[in-house]
Amino acid sequence: MLRAAPPLLSVQPTRALVDEQFSVLVEKLPLACPVTVRSLHHSEDKDDWEAYGFYVSDHRGVVSVSEDLSFGGTYTGKEPMGLLWSMRPVPGSRSGLRLRRRNVCGPMLVNILVYSGHEGFRGRAPLASVLTERWHMAPGVQRIKVGQEGVRGTLFIPPGPGPFPGLLDLWGGGGGLVEYRAALLASRGYVSLALEYFSAGELQSADVEFSYFETAFNIIKEHPKVMADRVGLFGLSLGSMVSLYLASESTVVQPRCIVCISGNYCYPRGQMLRGVNENLRNRYFDKERVDENNHHIWRDISLEIIKDPAEKVNVSKISAPMLLVNGCDDQNWCTVETAEDITQMMRAVGKEHLLSKLAYPDTGHLIEPPYSPHFRATNFIVDITKKKVILLWGGQTKPHSDAQEDAWRKILSFLQHHLYGSPTLKARM
Amino acid sequence: MDRKQCCVKLSVQPSRGLVDEKFVVLVQNAFPGFQLTVHAHHQCEDGHGWEAFGHYTADATGTVNVSEDPSLGGTYSGAEPMGLLWSLRPVPGSKPGLRMRKKNVQTPMEITVSVYQGHQTEGFVDQVPLTGVVVERWYMAPGVQRIPISEDGLTATLFLPSGPGPFPGLLDLWGGGGQLVEYRAALLASHGIASLALDYLTSKITMETGKMVDNQYFETAYRVLQQHPQVLGSRIAMLGLSFGTSVTLKMAVYSQVVKLRCVVCISGSHVQPVDGSVEQILSFFHKNADKTRFNEDNEAIWRDLLLPIPTDPSLKVDVGRLQCPLLLVVGEDDQNWPAYESAMDMKEMMERAGNSHLLTILSYPNAGHLIEPPYTPHARASSFRTVSTRLKLMALWGGQTAEHSRAQEDSWKKMLAFLRENLYGGTDPGARSISHL
Repeated sequence: MLRAAPPLLSVQPTRALVDEQFSVLVEKLPLACPVTVRSLHHSEDKDDWEAYGFYVSDHRGVVSVSEDLSFGGTYTGKEPMGLLWSMRPVPGSRSGLRLRRRNVCGPMLVNILVYSGHEGFRGRAPLASVLTERWHMAPGVQRIKVGQEGVRGTLFIPPGPGPFPGLLDLWGGGGGLVEYRAALLASRGYVSLALEYFSAGELQSADVEFSYFETAFNIIKEHPKVMADRVGLFGLSLGSMVSLYLASESTVVQPRCIVCISGNYCYPRGQMLRGVNENLRNRYFDKERVDENNHHIWRDISLEIIKDPAEKVNVSKISAPMLLVNGCDDQNWCTVETAEDITQMMRAVGKEHLLSKLAYPDTGHLIEPPYSPHFRATNFIVDITKKKVILLWGGQTKPHSDAQEDAWRKILSFLQHHLYGSPTLKARM
Repeated sequence: MDRKQCCVKLSVQPSRGLVDEKFVVLVQNAFPGFQLTVHAHHQCEDGHGWEAFGHYTADATGTVNVSEDPSLGGTYSGAEPMGLLWSLRPVPGSKPGLRMRKKNVQTPMEITVSVYQGHQTEGFVDQVPLTGVVVERWYMAPGVQRIPISEDGLTATLFLPSGPGPFPGLLDLWGGGGQLVEYRAALLASHGIASLALDYLTSKITMETGKMVDNQYFETAYRVLQQHPQVLGSRIAMLGLSFGTSVTLKMAVYSQVVKLRCVVCISGSHVQPVDGSVEQILSFFHKNADKTRFNEDNEAIWRDLLLPIPTDPSLKVDVGRLQCPLLLVVGEDDQNWPAYESAMDMKEMMERAGNSHLLTILSYPNAGHLIEPPYTPHARASSFRTVSTRLKLMALWGGQTAEHSRAQEDSWKKMLAFLRENLYGGTDPGARSISHL
């Protein structure tokens, strides 16, 4: 029985870092033929994630995802990387999911598949598929668990003789040890420490935690492969707040530069960092809202904080260049307003030139490395009470994904300029 | 701390690539006009060190882009994006006659790419580079399956592409050195062709019984491929290099069992006793062994064994009877086989027979015998032990490195296009149009 040859699907490259682009090409299709190109990933939590676009082959029987337009699916238009950033749980999945890689030593496996037709493709067998690998770690990057001096985290060291600039990588109120961004930063040339600073019952007060972060910073600074005067801070959400507080108040932590994503600056003096969220919500409980889906919006709580200087980190004491990256549709924290307030505070002491601000329209709170799926709302365990809610982070998928891509490029450029740049460039004051 | 050291940044993209994929090597943040050496080092499975390097000068922005900027010296010169790989050569002090061939295709080749200060030519191992990264080069794409085949007395390995299939198939034959060489088949499978690497000179049966395989061995291999559930039995090609060409042409023209969609012959000849077994063909060559010449470096030149191209039809595969497209790839500096002369003779035969429209010849000046997948080192001569004589000597393969490497790159690309066109395209209901390649 003569069987027809399948279409020829090629992805280049098949192995890439997560912030690298790929091109998907389908050849040897029938002419002017409707096809669906789909991505499929089975996560470590055993959920299935997918994205797909509806295409039509041209007069040569070719579909090029980089060049052609998608007419439907999880993304439309000319979107070379839509198969990654528009991924979402397949129909029938649990709700409130978020995709975050835990094992950074191995790649995320993403299958790219081609189906004939548009609607109803799930009921058909794919015509062709290619397995691709998306890595957070470049070859030669070392991963070293840190456990000295009570500090918990993972250190990632780029390949090569060094020495390298360093980064302290701080995530937010969700806690835990999140390694993937530090792994990626090491793959881009920075010794990066992913720090765990939230764990049940360990850190009793924010002030004790203060020395914890100083110790962590020193671990990087004193590492034989690190240039001690070129260590920066990189924080998201609560991690941003910690970064700003350290930079303004610590005599030990003198960062070369600071990146704050979706940052707030509300420092709970004398209290546990772990309890900061609950604390705020208790004080401003009338400001907490839920939307029509019962997703929790904490944004308005944060608007109250801005009004009270006693609650805020005294950012005017900071003397390092700062990059603030925020989403205008952040429903978790009023990050754009916070950035404006920070600007005022810096302007008042003549330090506004240290600030660079990026504010992306229709972008939410979770601004992650590029091509990561967008999460408008996900499950969140509210620290001490262990209560599980669904938090609204905000953002619309397409603009949020554009923001992630643009922000990452600008963040890397900012880091390269301040941490790798010539010492004759603008020095710290 | 030396301020110069902190500045230079090196990136290679992609950091994990297939062996035939190009990469971009970028040096940034050097001082403008800075002289530097970009260096590649690889330790192969046998433990030998290989290195390549190019001399560059950073531009006004302190950047060197190896894909665009000219190397001013080193193991390659000029603008050569992949020079760091194809110009790899054994490090000083290595034993002579080395050839780099990956045995384990399930792991990548690891190359360390570094930047050294100044234009250097030696002593790299004694210095600390300014910066370095690690690059992986893979013969197998993710999802490609490697399946050892030992049924029906075969010694072979099947590589299935990623995906549901079914896929066109290919029989992959190497030359007179024998062994089961997998890397080319693995790479072809990474491009969508189910490929069977076949050991036909040192197969398990031959090693155990001392007897060479006969024609049936190849027909069995073809059958195993054809009947595999993930292979399209009507779309099978055959690829042979060197002595593998002799077998391939024989099967393509004379076998009643082997029905090929297309044929690729690299660095080989149609000269052989027609309908001879493998053993008989080898004897035929051995009879002419006195025509072996040696150059001033005592390297063996075997191209004369089959010259002059005979006029006796019983000594040449009758390519005029070929019914499928044939791609011949030859190096004009081949010192091991008279591949170019054979190609010209085959052309003449096919023109007389009226089937020359099936023939494509890719002939490369200054390319040698071992036309391999691109961006792998060129060996102008190397240690070789023929299966028949068991004599080990230095065989002269020929070729000038830069041009040979260009030939490898060009021929591989054209071979893939030829295979895709014939295996994925061709007569089908709802015919597709011509591949844009």
